[in-house]
Amino acid sequence: MTKKFTEDHEWIQLDGEIATVGITKYAAEQLGDVVFVEVPEAGASFSKGDDMAVVESVKAASDVYAPVGGEVVDGNAALADAPETVNEDPEGAGWFCKLKISDKSELEGLMDADAYAKFCEGL
Amino acid sequence: MRYLPLTHDDRKVMLARIGAASVDDFYTDVPEAARLDGPIHDLPSHQGELAVERHIGELAAKNRTASEGPFFVGCGAYKHHVPASVDHIIQRSEFLTTYTPYQPEIAQGTLQTLFEFQTQVAALTAMDVANASMYDGSTACAEAALMACRATRRKKVILSGGLHPHYAAATRTLCEAQGIEIVQLPAAVDSELELAKSVDGETACVIGQSPNVFGTITDMSSVAEAAHARKALFVSVFTEAVSLGLAMPPGEMGADIAVGEGQSIGNPLTFGGPYVGLFACTQKLVRQMPGRLCGETQDADGKRGFVLTLSTREQHIRRDKATSNICTNAGLCALAFTAHMTLLGDAGLTRLARLNHETACDLADALEAIDGVELLTPRFFNEFAFRTKMNAEAVLAMLDEKGVVGGVRASRLIPGAGFDDVIICAATECVTADDIEAYADALKEIV
Repeated sequence: MTKKFTEDHEWIQLDGEIATVGITKYAAEQLGDVVFVEVPEAGASFSKGDDMAVVESVKAASDVYAPVGGEVVDGNAALADAPETVNEDPEGAGWFCKLKISDKSELEGLMDADAYAKFCEGL
Repeated sequence: MRYLPLTHDDRKVMLARIGAASVDDFYTDVPEAARLDGPIHDLPSHQGELAVERHIGELAAKNRTASEGPFFVGCGAYKHHVPASVDHIIQRSEFLTTYTPYQPEIAQGTLQTLFEFQTQVAALTAMDVANASMYDGSTACAEAALMACRATRRKKVILSGGLHPHYAAATRTLCEAQGIEIVQLPAAVDSELELAKSVDGETACVIGQSPNVFGTITDMSSVAEAAHARKALFVSVFTEAVSLGLAMPPGEMGADIAVGEGQSIGNPLTFGGPYVGLFACTQKLVRQMPGRLCGETQDADGKRGFVLTLSTREQHIRRDKATSNICTNAGLCALAFTAHMTLLGDAGLTRLARLNHETACDLADALEAIDGVELLTPRFFNEFAFRTKMNAEAVLAMLDEKGVVGGVRASRLIPGAGFDDVIICAATECVTADDIEAYADALKEIV
């Protein structure tokens, strides 16, 4: 599946039943140097829009919201020791967690890459 | 800030400009029933300075201060000796700054002292990290409960039967408004370990105290283990910081959060406040910690300096998602704590703690020798509970007539729980052999 985006600057990519979630390149650039990331642990479950993770940069501290509901199957523990990965590769190695999605229809309301690029231009 | 004096005419011009008839117009949003409708009953509008001084002096003379005779009150506030040097140090001009002295550019002295305070508290509690202090022990306890709920994403807090009732009340007040369930175990002299049986899979934390409100010292390691087995946190509370000079510190028991009252070190009784809350936790939980945190860093020239750190936890940055609404610390009391602790040193604290314990043992021996006195506290530091065959309130009143302030009746803190005949008394280094003799002699005549 292609990558989808939220207005809160999370990205989500579904692979079979499991979706990988992170923050977008735009968000990482806006935040500046990320100094701390708190990702959820496996087993935690969230509804769409819940506070799911925390990202702190030298400029700001922000909550990361669940783009869709689901149960966490894996958190990116590597970010605890290397939060800069979020700046270096936000939409790759800087992923936050993997979710087992509870309702795939929740993905439908999200933006594709083009729509998200336009959305960011308007900010 | 400049002082800007006002004349009646200035006031009139200002009121006219904003269209108000009088200053009272500003308070119309306050319900009328809650407003003062005239002068305070019986309070004269003014008196000459000499007359006021004389009157207040007469009122003050009705108090009996803790230093005037044999004094054995504890229960969360302890009369210790504060060296004159502490008072001198805290009044040095370097520390007399305006409120919120946290700017590193101008407040290196204060920030360094806070850093040292944190280091001392972390060492005292055997925890990884301590904050720059809370309002007092009870609010520190309440904040620990909130922090445990954040960290575990659970909403149930269990309080031991030996937790100081004021700490329990503060915790209840802060937690209940946030939908957190509080389970209070029944008050008992020696029951901290019951917490281990009460913890379940819903529990955010269990809160136990040692020495507890009855003075009982408990190694709560088994409580920590039981809590951790169910992924709950263990909060270890103390009201007498000097006890940590001898007793097993929270960190060695496996506490995730250690909170307590720091008044005992460097701070006088002062009618119950201001005091200084001590708050420490494990490194793992530091980002969930409430309050100010001071850190060591380097300036642009590579020189050592101090700044507030991890401020993203706090209200001024994180707004409604902050870990706490405390955005300050008990700066002056923390400074006094640090000054006294520095003067004591490690060995000095241990000697002071030993002296407290020995004095309390002497008191316990003297009281227990009296027919009709039953010592209740099985293991104590400088405070213990005892029972007589009489009502404790009556016993304390009779002791008072004989010039002895004999302690706190347990029923005052824990009403209606069968403690009507129980007195809790403390003996610090300020208590002399003569004081103990006076207590024992007076009690012997009463019971």
